[in-house]
Amino acid sequence: MKSLGSIRRSFAPWADPTSKPFISFKNVTKKFGDFIAVDDLSLNIYTREFFALLGASGCGKSTLLRMLAGFEQPTSGEIILDGQNLAGIPPYRRPVNMMFQSYALFPHMTVESNIAFGLKQDGMPKPDIAERVAQMLKLVKLEKFAKRKPHQLSGGQRQRVALARSLAKRPKVLLLDEPLGALDKKLREETQFELMDLQQQLGLTFVVVTHDQEEAMTMADRIAVMSQGKVVQVATPAEIYEAPNSRFVADFIGDVNIFDGTVAATEDGRVRVETAGGVPIRMASSEKLSTGTRAAVAIRPEKIRVTREAPQHAPLNAAEGEIWDIGYLGDMTVFHIRLKDGKVIKASSLNAVRAVEDPLGYDQQVWVSFGEDAGVVLKD
Amino acid sequence: MERIASAVASRLVIIVPYAWLLFFFLVPFFIVFRISLSQTVIAMPPYTPVFDLAGGLSGILEGMREFSVDNYVWLTEDVLYFNAYVSSLIIAAVSTFLTLLIGYPIAYGMAQAPRSIRPTLLMLVILPFWTSFLIRVYAWIAILKPEGLLNQFLITIGVIDQPLIILNTNWAIYIGIVYSYLPFMVLPIYSALEKMDHTLTEAAQDLGCTPITAFWRVTFPLSLAGVVAGCLLVFIPAVGEFVIPDLLGGSETLMIGKTLWNEFNSNRDWPVSSAVATILLLILVLPIVYFQNVQAKADSEGR
Repeated sequence: MKSLGSIRRSFAPWADPTSKPFISFKNVTKKFGDFIAVDDLSLNIYTREFFALLGASGCGKSTLLRMLAGFEQPTSGEIILDGQNLAGIPPYRRPVNMMFQSYALFPHMTVESNIAFGLKQDGMPKPDIAERVAQMLKLVKLEKFAKRKPHQLSGGQRQRVALARSLAKRPKVLLLDEPLGALDKKLREETQFELMDLQQQLGLTFVVVTHDQEEAMTMADRIAVMSQGKVVQVATPAEIYEAPNSRFVADFIGDVNIFDGTVAATEDGRVRVETAGGVPIRMASSEKLSTGTRAAVAIRPEKIRVTREAPQHAPLNAAEGEIWDIGYLGDMTVFHIRLKDGKVIKASSLNAVRAVEDPLGYDQQVWVSFGEDAGVVLKD
Repeated sequence: MERIASAVASRLVIIVPYAWLLFFFLVPFFIVFRISLSQTVIAMPPYTPVFDLAGGLSGILEGMREFSVDNYVWLTEDVLYFNAYVSSLIIAAVSTFLTLLIGYPIAYGMAQAPRSIRPTLLMLVILPFWTSFLIRVYAWIAILKPEGLLNQFLITIGVIDQPLIILNTNWAIYIGIVYSYLPFMVLPIYSALEKMDHTLTEAAQDLGCTPITAFWRVTFPLSLAGVVAGCLLVFIPAVGEFVIPDLLGGSETLMIGKTLWNEFNSNRDWPVSSAVATILLLILVLPIVYFQNVQAKADSEGR
């Protein structure tokens, strides 16, 4: 059996200019009265992609999903699915199925009839329905619960029924609205991987809406970070994390330290930034920045070193401060270090060994430092 | 101490409804039942035996020996009573069905209305109760009589040239019952529809249902508890209805409420009318028990 990871690694249709998008949003705008939920948005999603729409509540991600499902009509712009313009096509004629955030299981029907609902509606012959339902129950490992009603199931089981029901009709695209939102942390993490395996196994296109960045990072091939009805960045999880294209994305995904300043000099692929707090930074950057413009340097906490001694390159890419707070998380420890100008820097270090001799403690004077490729320079 | 006090308090809370039922339902029912076993006499009160506490326990036992089921036997011998029961059940059933037909769309419309105007709509449904029931039924006489508002209106716009005879027919009774009991149908259905998760209909549409099939496969089954409650709230009082058939119905309209009234007031036959009432109650207990079962089932499903 081929490892899923190897398939995944080579999967990048968005990078290939000859591949045709499966779903296309073209200049889609959706207004509710005066409120603009989705603002002139264009986006391409490819076949077999696991695509995540990520953003805070009210950013328009759910509206986008509901427009794809057919519950909302775009105010302007068009949505193309597999070469077909979806305008005017009602939800019940679209080749997509949705898994609802509340699961929306029919409370008066058994698990079995819930899964069979869409098949029955399509007039599938009875023996075929029974076969498909059995197949779906097996897929979500709920064979023993076929005759139960939704209220007799746990949250995780209900989630699986909802998934089985939305997959039963073999849609071209599965839409998932906060699919794991109602599960507890442990179950959520397990289910994330199950969903990924399922998507690979069935070869479907998944579009998932989530506000949970960890969920999006784990599952998705690509993530669209949304804010105020617009897509701020579309990229793979690694690109989003390591190369955010804006302050918003850097700040939204994970923890980040942002140094504001002005560009002092540029030299073959590197930028010198004079920061407000007086920390001189030299950082690798592909951005074309002219001297004197405002810029910000974003550095993730795990890329910041905390040492007692000043590093060799000090004062470049280094600053002195004192330990203000220590958060022990088990797998790692997070330090909050207060610099001389009052700025608090977050730094995290992996707890690779069980016990450290003479660990760093509160109020200690330390140096924070980082390499020249630790962060990204962002235009302000 | 506090715990005991609160335990006592919670018992007291439970006692209140039971005491209410005991004094205002069970005791009156036993009085009626006891009279139904008596014989009619020209006296005050017009039945025998009459118990006198002065006679003591033996006196009461002595009196109880005079009890008989003659009145119930009498009810089976005269076909009038059987016909009156059947006719009442039919009229009540037809009225209930018509009320459902009109009440369901109203409740559905209310549940679909924007949240902000729902209290106003609810208010409008309850509003007729602010006028006396009797006055509202009388008003229908003025509307339905041959020279009444309805006929005048229809003749004026040229739909008919002879007045429709509606008053004093069963149609007038249907109109009266539907009109009077409509809120009892609308409110439970509205309450069932209102608490329904609207994403369920979206899910049904997502799975291939048109809005109409989504209604029949999801919305309607889920509102069934409200439909059953509404139907019983209309059906049960409609079977024993007296005022509406008396005022709007014709002389040939046979309803058990009217029969009972005649026995009691015109014939002054308290024992027979008590027997009529007891049988009526037994007929109605069946749907009530059914209603209880449906309700209990719905509760256990957590809806």
